[in-house]
Amino acid sequence: MHELTLSEVSEGLREKKFSSVDLTKALFERIHTLNPDINAYVTLTEEEALKQAEEADKSLQDSNSPLHGVPAGLKEIFNTRGVKTTCCSNIIRDFVPPYDATVVQKLREAGSVFLGKTNMDEFACGSSTEHSCFGTTKNPWDTERVAGGSSGGSTAAVAADMAYYTLGTDTGGSIRQPSSLCGTVGLKVTYGRVSRSGVTAMASSWDTVGPVTKTVRDAALVLNEIAGDDPRDSTTPPSPVPDYSKNLENSIKGLRIGLPKEYFAEGIEPEVEKAVRDGIEQLKKLGAEVKEVSLPYTKYALSVYYIAMPAELSANLARFDGIRYGSKPSGEVKDIIDYYFQSRSGGFGDEIKRRIMIGTYVLSSGYYDAYYKKAQKVRTLIIQDFQKVFEEVDVLIAPVSPFPAFKMGEKLNDPLAMYMADVFTIPMSCSGVPALSVPCGFTSENLPVGMQIVGPQFREDLLLQVGAAYEQSTEWHKRKPELG
Amino acid sequence: MLSDKEVQHIAKLARLGLKEGEVSKFAKQLSEILEYTEQLNEVDTENIEPTSQVTGLENVSREDKVERFCEKDELLACTELPIERDQILTKPVITEN
Repeated sequence: MHELTLSEVSEGLREKKFSSVDLTKALFERIHTLNPDINAYVTLTEEEALKQAEEADKSLQDSNSPLHGVPAGLKEIFNTRGVKTTCCSNIIRDFVPPYDATVVQKLREAGSVFLGKTNMDEFACGSSTEHSCFGTTKNPWDTERVAGGSSGGSTAAVAADMAYYTLGTDTGGSIRQPSSLCGTVGLKVTYGRVSRSGVTAMASSWDTVGPVTKTVRDAALVLNEIAGDDPRDSTTPPSPVPDYSKNLENSIKGLRIGLPKEYFAEGIEPEVEKAVRDGIEQLKKLGAEVKEVSLPYTKYALSVYYIAMPAELSANLARFDGIRYGSKPSGEVKDIIDYYFQSRSGGFGDEIKRRIMIGTYVLSSGYYDAYYKKAQKVRTLIIQDFQKVFEEVDVLIAPVSPFPAFKMGEKLNDPLAMYMADVFTIPMSCSGVPALSVPCGFTSENLPVGMQIVGPQFREDLLLQVGAAYEQSTEWHKRKPELG
Repeated sequence: MLSDKEVQHIAKLARLGLKEGEVSKFAKQLSEILEYTEQLNEVDTENIEPTSQVTGLENVSREDKVERFCEKDELLACTELPIERDQILTKPVITEN
């Protein structure tokens, strides 16, 4: 039962082939077998999940949501009422939120069953899930390799059939990159399309919430439930929410696709490039018109991100002082400032410390204009790149990650090398446009490769249409890792 | 290249206590990251406005209305601080000298 897709179990529930309790039990059996090794989940909520499943079975007739009764996982960054939410950081290791994030509340109202919380890099900072206080998530395709990050737990859970779907967050690539490395479908939405109320802030002008699924259709079904404005998140515009599953069967004949030449340049591994180029050939066969385009400011996006993001992050993490919960000084404390020093140095991991210090530096007096303001100006130029290119083409196709899943520990002590994992996902985050990662092939070592479909702001419907057309004409998404 | 002294100063501003060996490790890593970002200096940004909001929203406001967000006992339950005397939290005792 675990190998089915969200759409398949949703139909099966309606046809009474199985119950939500059956599905939930089947998934927990799988989780108990695989999770001790994969480490995709950091908290399991089995008892509550079974109650939710029983409830969902009783109320199935009264609901028209395709998510009703379907078991799912939530990244450890989403507030869950009464269930520990730690962001995989020692600084809030024992925090139990008194309320649900808006997206969690929406999924709850849709009749979801929550299996547990998924692993992530501490405060969503990382590209390998190695920066988690609960240990690394292993890649289901090769357990010596990382699952990617920061939503590595969410993508590994879906790839290993330990959830029918999960929610993740994407600030600079944190849904798309691990999706590419784990062979799942991952959607980074337009900035503001999905509420972030109750989601711990990383970099506030970049953070987005989105689904990780086994198929493009499944991503559309989840987005239908979570998209829309929220009075508790003032960055969510009241743009209409279309039915994202409506156009999934439509042809892409005549669709104008742009290949940004900057994404097929140095740094990309040949096997990754080949898989993406084969994907483009497939889209041509489906009737799309492909032409080369240019986004000249692409190469500056990583720098913009590693100035602006740490600046916002350091401000957001300044509130964690160790007073109300989390890591506390173990020895003698001189005064209140010393208390902060001790709880923060014990509570945060190295990557967080690096980013807090970069952020503090670029915002400090004398450096603000040279770093932070400069980065915000270049960000404007990157946004203009995308605006111009979408006058010429409907969508862009690009690689997601320049390399497939890498070995654990390989980039852990070389921050800059780790940051390169997001070189092709950060520009979209810079400009707030949506991007979808879909599986498009495998390397000779049987590691999945993802292809990125990028569109103008609030055109998730178009990305999903292109992704669905591609997926229906290929078999990549059906391949499974050998496990257990 | 950031000096050890500069790193110590930044850490102090950020309320991060660093151990001895950590200072030079972070000095090297932070310098590498900052040096990388210096490529931005080759971009001409004269007359370019900075962006901090990407979808063009401005001055979003709402009615200032009291809303019952969650129950008091749930709020108190999310901290491990001891609760004394009619739901008053006790903060850690810190001696100032």
